[in-house]
Amino acid sequence: MTVLLDPTSERSPTIRPRLPRPEHLDGLTIGILDIAKPRGDVFLHRLGERLAERGIAVRHYAKPTNTRVAPLPLRQQIAAEVDLVVEGLSD
Amino acid sequence: MAGDLPRDGLVAVVKRDCPTCVMAAPILGVLARQGGLTVYTQDDPSFPEILADRVDDRTLDVSHQLRIEVVPTLIRFEGGREIGRTYGWDRGEWERLSGIVGLGADLPEVRPGCGAKNVEPGVLERLKIRFNETGLKSRRIEIGSDEDEHEAMFARGWSDGLPLVPPTEERVLRMLDGTARDPQEVLGLVPPDLAPATIEKIGVNAVMAGCKPEYLSVVLAAVEAVLEEEFAMHGVLATTMFVGPVVVVNGPVRRRIGMNSNGNALGQGNRANAAIGRALQLVIRNIGGGRPQEVDRATLGNPGKYTYCFAEDEEGSSWEPLAVERGVQPGRSAVTVFAGFGLQGIVDQKSRDPESLSRSFAGSLKAIHNVKSAPSCDALLVVCPEHHRTFKDAGWTKARLYEELYRLCEIPGDELVAGTQGMAEGGPPSLAGKTVNKFRPGGLMIVHAGGDAGMFSGIIGGWSAGGPRGSLPITKELES
Repeated sequence: MTVLLDPTSERSPTIRPRLPRPEHLDGLTIGILDIAKPRGDVFLHRLGERLAERGIAVRHYAKPTNTRVAPLPLRQQIAAEVDLVVEGLSD
Repeated sequence: MAGDLPRDGLVAVVKRDCPTCVMAAPILGVLARQGGLTVYTQDDPSFPEILADRVDDRTLDVSHQLRIEVVPTLIRFEGGREIGRTYGWDRGEWERLSGIVGLGADLPEVRPGCGAKNVEPGVLERLKIRFNETGLKSRRIEIGSDEDEHEAMFARGWSDGLPLVPPTEERVLRMLDGTARDPQEVLGLVPPDLAPATIEKIGVNAVMAGCKPEYLSVVLAAVEAVLEEEFAMHGVLATTMFVGPVVVVNGPVRRRIGMNSNGNALGQGNRANAAIGRALQLVIRNIGGGRPQEVDRATLGNPGKYTYCFAEDEEGSSWEPLAVERGVQPGRSAVTVFAGFGLQGIVDQKSRDPESLSRSFAGSLKAIHNVKSAPSCDALLVVCPEHHRTFKDAGWTKARLYEELYRLCEIPGDELVAGTQGMAEGGPPSLAGKTVNKFRPGGLMIVHAGGDAGMFSGIIGGWSAGGPRGSLPITKELES
């Protein structure tokens, strides 16, 4: 029998169920996160306008660069201020 | 275990394969006649024949417990406690420990002993494992005797696609001898899982990659470098672009561990080059959990994502080495990591003056990513010896070449506007009438490597997100 040492971080992934999707958007605040990909701001701005036309509260956020994960304070701010987030993942 | 140690009296540990032990055997006979002597023999249970009783310690358990390093070793116990020890033959010491004067009058005063079997390479590791003294914290995975260990490693997802060296406890222990650092020291958090990179876990991956222990300090420096915030390893991994970490090694370590900086420096065939770059990739894969088609979103990737590590040819260059240029003292070893991909060749067999050759270089450099793209990515320019000679003979320093290349990489904005030259790619109309440089200031790095023959330099292109908002090259000195 051979004994090998585990080269991984030995983590057991936690499977967390997704939050249920809301039935409707009435009364909810939607966060729009621009991750700083080219023209993402154009698309997301228009999306924000369309949501606002429907009377939905919208807040805009932006990552400083798409090359890094969002800074912790930004993630905490978004989590505290909105019910849903729309994020543009690519250009 | 080869019997309990006596609470009182003398203990000697010997082996036949040691001329000093053979020479001192008659003295052990004298001590045995006085009583209170126990002799443990490491290799041949019939040695020394002069004694009626010997204890067979071919398992080396007692030798290990007594931490014997040299044979013969003579130890005095009193009430179960060691109160004195000497090793080799030293008449004064043997007399002091035994309380008998006039020992071995016909022998020299002093004669050094031999290395004990229990500390031989390979043996010591096995003893530490048997006595559970390794201090290794990684989970032990038992591979059944009917299981193929190579297939078992593939099945667990540890491999980059090629076979791995099985990371047994012995191999990992030997690997960790390559550094004086604490195996539980954490060098940083490896993305994407942000899992701690302990020296032990890096050592396990270095074994699998095929590293020798003497490569470990280079691997550690490379891991530390890519985990610097400015390198943005998470982004380098996650991007759809081609890049992965490229490791350039400078300083005396290159020759000490036999790295290749000459012919085929960026190719296959050198164990150190290959294994160091591979170890870094396996660390990202196994500790960080960064795997293709998962968080690694590369569209094509590049073959360098198996391994991409080479040494600079400093001896053949009139230029200061890359690490020195980046602040490391001459004579020190360091790695520089760069988020790069592939190799774009520059073939110039006709230029005989630096002006022509630098224009050739610039022409190729301006094509990286897309001729319509500027400012574009950073780039690592690998200048081959025959091209270097042209600059050297004309008295061009590396600083001069940088200066000329930046100047030659100025591009009229009119050529870069989207849609011009029949190509939809390009920048905004506002570029028209302006001049744009292909590179940000500091976005070019030059190293010297390659074989003596051939006017073939190379460009390692970078990530479009170069510079402070993307990935910056990082230079790390090796810890001694």
